[in-house]
Amino acid sequence: MKFCETFHLPDPVFVFILCQRRDGKFKKKTVLNMGKSLSEIIISQHCQRDVKAGEIVLTPVDVCLLQDGTAPLAIRQLEKLGLKKLANPSRTVFFLDHAAPSPRRELSNDHKFIRDFVAQTGAQFSDIGGGISHQVINEYYVNPGDILIGADSHTCTGGALCAFSTGMGSSDVAVAMGLGKTWLRVPESFKIVVRGEFPLGVYAKDLILHFIGKIGADGATYKALEFCGETVENMTMSQRLTLSNMAVEAGAKVGLIAADKTTQKFLKEMGRGNKYREIKPEKDAVYERSIEIDVSRLEPQISFPHTVDNTRPLSQAQGVKIQQVFLGTCTNARLEDLKIFYEIVKGKKKNSSTRVIVTPASRKVYLDAMKSGYIQAFMEFGAEVLPSGCGPCVGVHGGVGADEDNILSTMNRNFRGRMGNPESNIYLASPAVCAATAIKGEIADPREFLTVKKGSSAKSSKKSSKQKKKK
Amino acid sequence: MTPKGSAWKFGDNISTDLIAPGRYFHLRSNLPEMAKHVMEDADPSFASKVNKGDFIVGGSNFGLGSSREHAPTIIKLAGVSAVLAKSFARIFYRNSINVGLPVLICDTDKIQTGDELEIDLVKGIILDRIRNLKLTFAPLPKVMINILNDGGLVAHIQKHGDFKLS
Repeated sequence: MKFCETFHLPDPVFVFILCQRRDGKFKKKTVLNMGKSLSEIIISQHCQRDVKAGEIVLTPVDVCLLQDGTAPLAIRQLEKLGLKKLANPSRTVFFLDHAAPSPRRELSNDHKFIRDFVAQTGAQFSDIGGGISHQVINEYYVNPGDILIGADSHTCTGGALCAFSTGMGSSDVAVAMGLGKTWLRVPESFKIVVRGEFPLGVYAKDLILHFIGKIGADGATYKALEFCGETVENMTMSQRLTLSNMAVEAGAKVGLIAADKTTQKFLKEMGRGNKYREIKPEKDAVYERSIEIDVSRLEPQISFPHTVDNTRPLSQAQGVKIQQVFLGTCTNARLEDLKIFYEIVKGKKKNSSTRVIVTPASRKVYLDAMKSGYIQAFMEFGAEVLPSGCGPCVGVHGGVGADEDNILSTMNRNFRGRMGNPESNIYLASPAVCAATAIKGEIADPREFLTVKKGSSAKSSKKSSKQKKKK
Repeated sequence: MTPKGSAWKFGDNISTDLIAPGRYFHLRSNLPEMAKHVMEDADPSFASKVNKGDFIVGGSNFGLGSSREHAPTIIKLAGVSAVLAKSFARIFYRNSINVGLPVLICDTDKIQTGDELEIDLVKGIILDRIRNLKLTFAPLPKVMINILNDGGLVAHIQKHGDFKLS
């Protein structure tokens, strides 16, 4: 990983950039600070004037997201404000995904409270089994250039569609859904340039775990991440969503990816191709920091308990006994993730000492996985397939670990107590590592099961290098 | 405002899962009950020990994780007058101001559990009476001072009808 530091001068027109070259020497450059980062472009368009990093602005909000853990408080805050109507009911979306279906009467009553509010206000609604908010909102509601405020920290997932998409608390989202606006500090941006072709068995999840391991759990606090470079350009939307989803685990406000043909293709598939517009950072955009990552020699990565940045390569993790494997969450439960898991486990039996839990990210993913035969294969393998939703990731139900259990999960955070028991340990990895581990009963290398076939990203990377050569 | 009280020291990376554990998810509509479990997975006896006016003192990246506003809300309901840390996670920081809980960024290395602290929120000074320390904390942006002074975001909007940025 290489770091280029940028020093902002008081005069906003010029900046010095101190760049570390490949030979390790530093080169000082003075540049005109004229160009805009993706965050500056999107917020400027909303504020109808040019805004720069560091400014505090009042901005219109396009989409509001709330889930069953944060919505009841937001509704009560809105009631305290005396606001009876929503600024934009067609783009205010309530999800019942955290405790779905409800395991307790208190939560059933919260669900009822949300349903009643939705009926009164005409807000959009995704009931139990509809799926995880961050999956469904990107399937059906978010467009490039939008500002999305969500009462859930992983709202940053929408950055993959080039939406300025960020998590806030219930009060902020209550005000945003009532008044249609919020205040923001325009963030400074870090440019994350990713190059190289993923080796066999290595995916976007390994890249983001590696990145967070290097930069630290607070390495990008308050900043916007912009993921770019040939590897990101060649990624499918599913993998991009995995990258953006975990921006918050480095402390970042958003994790943006330029809107390009892959974005357009995804929007077309979801029936709103007309909402596509290309958005890319301006050529002379200034970044506080530039970080280059070459994935061509990256190993599968594991985050050890109890912080996401406690990352080690798989070679230093093999042999850890695992009592529960969880394939799910807004990070890694899309059809492509389920397919990776399926390719490894089909026709096999899970290890007798390991429980395996699967939650598809949304009803659409669940149905597609059924059509593809994945669900049947998972059941035959010995896995339990739960309804689409957050499942055990929230520590409410669906797979709480026992004391001293080791759990290997595709989710995005492994904080102590996250899955409902502070005495169990959570390890994070890709769907492929989870699949190999479910077979072996201990953290295992998926490459053992992947001999010839490569992931779609690897294929597409190859294609692009050829195209590049032609140019 | 010059709150006084004892310090309760915690380490780095105190997540919202440690502050407001997910297994109490069903108490999110019953915050006084949830406040009985505040910080439970960081220190199981904290809720029974803390006195009104006391301070939580963290290391770096305090409040990382979820957007649950319930986390700073139950800290406030437990009687804590402010949280001091070397740095805060973004959403927790913003939520704290929104619920009217002061969050102060300062060098907390020398403060220990049991230290008597006195804080001048206007002058930006923290006094540790036990260790004879005088610390300063970084000022908040104007919009956050306005929200905090009004007693939180809902009170702020009720008062001004909109955000008051300057």
